[in-house]
Amino acid sequence: MGPHMGFRNVTTLDKRTTAEAVVGRLRDGMTIGIGGWGPRRKPMALVRALLRSGVKDLTVVAYGGPDVGMLLAAGKVRKLIYGFVSLDAIPLEPYFRKAREAGGLEVLELDEGMLQWGLKAAALRLPFLPTRVGLGTDVFDQGGFRTVTSPYDDGEVLLAMPAVPLDLALIHVHRADRMGNIQALGPDTYYDEWFAKAAKEVVVSAEEVVDRLDLSHPEDAKANIVERCFVQHVVEARHGAHPTSMPPAYGWDMAALKAYVASAGEEDGWARYRADTIGPDEAHYLAQAGGDAIAKLPLPIF
Amino acid sequence: MTAPDHMLSELLIVACSEVFRNNGEIVATGIGPIPRVAAGLAKTTHSPELLMTDGEAYLVEEPVPIGPRGYDDRKPSGYLPFSRYFDSAVWTGRRHALVSPIQIDRFGQMNLSYVGGTFDKPKVQMLGARGFPGNTIHHINSMFVPAHSTRIFVPGEVQSVSSVGYNPARRLKGADFSGVDLRFIVTDLCVMDFGGPDHAIRLVSLHDGVTVDQVREATGFELLVDGTPPVTPAPTEEQLAIIARLDPHNIRATVLKGNPPGKRS
Repeated sequence: MGPHMGFRNVTTLDKRTTAEAVVGRLRDGMTIGIGGWGPRRKPMALVRALLRSGVKDLTVVAYGGPDVGMLLAAGKVRKLIYGFVSLDAIPLEPYFRKAREAGGLEVLELDEGMLQWGLKAAALRLPFLPTRVGLGTDVFDQGGFRTVTSPYDDGEVLLAMPAVPLDLALIHVHRADRMGNIQALGPDTYYDEWFAKAAKEVVVSAEEVVDRLDLSHPEDAKANIVERCFVQHVVEARHGAHPTSMPPAYGWDMAALKAYVASAGEEDGWARYRADTIGPDEAHYLAQAGGDAIAKLPLPIF
Repeated sequence: MTAPDHMLSELLIVACSEVFRNNGEIVATGIGPIPRVAAGLAKTTHSPELLMTDGEAYLVEEPVPIGPRGYDDRKPSGYLPFSRYFDSAVWTGRRHALVSPIQIDRFGQMNLSYVGGTFDKPKVQMLGARGFPGNTIHHINSMFVPAHSTRIFVPGEVQSVSSVGYNPARRLKGADFSGVDLRFIVTDLCVMDFGGPDHAIRLVSLHDGVTVDQVREATGFELLVDGTPPVTPAPTEEQLAIIARLDPHNIRATVLKGNPPGKRS
């Protein structure tokens, strides 16, 4: 008998796949949530696979950064649900700004806290969660929200934040194993846990995919931000957050972000960025982004 | 005693730091260089009980200097990542944010979202509402305005109401607005508060060399003035030394057009 006697049915679980295979399963019109926060810890390798695919008419849900800007620029988005879309050090995301100012983009602009609340409602399989957030502001009317009255003696009128259920969530972490266990290191994991729990299916890309995290990295088990029953697909994507930050592994690539921002101001800028930078595959992208030099990008200072 | 030579940015940092006085054990957040250094100055001098982050995810007892520094220079005393910001700081009312919107109206309502056009097709998309709706209905807020003008202090209502103010027409019946607590507005001309009848905006002090008429001309709504307002206190040597330590790259000198001196009379 081996050391894992009797658990063969579990230990043979294998969720490993490729970004291309995952994207091949997608349908037009799906609702896709993207983890991370602005220009931080974004599953950019998966987003780039989406950009290279024929998928369209997506509803995208995010604390947006270049992921949202690029999907907008590529015409993949029918509706955008966002807490914000920003590149932090560059406060206004240029393609988001263009899309908004052109009109015609269906949006649900949420307070940052409302978005995580809607994800939590979806995760808990509730129709809504009550909150005071949004009352007394234009967010209320812009979003078409409704109120609910407390059935208890206080009788308080609250905004009913509807659940934001996702067909698919994309998140990027440091380590995963073939069974779907994941470890997200670094100072903040934002709302990735709730994007995952709000989704029917979750794709996790990881800097490193190992056979068994319990055998190789048990000391980091507290970095397991969501249990493996929520993870259906595991994709290895070294430097998969580039050009966004992935502390402690690497910082954001400000030069690359500035080049991306500049493309928005140039004629045919997106077409050129799509062809030259995003390119035909991830090997092309990483080579033009500097390859192993990505690991040396300094961590951002806030 | 005459005040030491100082720049207007430094006077504003001192004025902004005062908004955090006697707030108790809450998170002091200053968005932008002057508000952030101001929060650090408050914690370093009159209000050490304030909580503050390194701008990323950790609480610190020694405010982190702004601008380039070693990543590990900050010494964490606690942990306040975005993943628990709403349940720890915002929705529990344990925070005071000092923010810079693009428009403010006489009710203290702020616009951060867009200007011109409509919500469906804005002429100029700005940041969106971000955290303003939740911040203003749950915790203390103050405002920093680096260029006091009628473009920011607008007549009527702001174009898009990103935050809750004291507009009775927007007080939904049965809802609880008791958490709304707007404190101060610090501008390059003056300090104001919401101490008038029905929280009307009121002049608290004028910066050196600024007149009431100058402020009135730059404000798109009626401003309450009781008698002759005092002059905003200038920074002390001790405050200037702490400011220099919290902003070692002199980023404060880049915030106001022309980096004017604090003494204008």
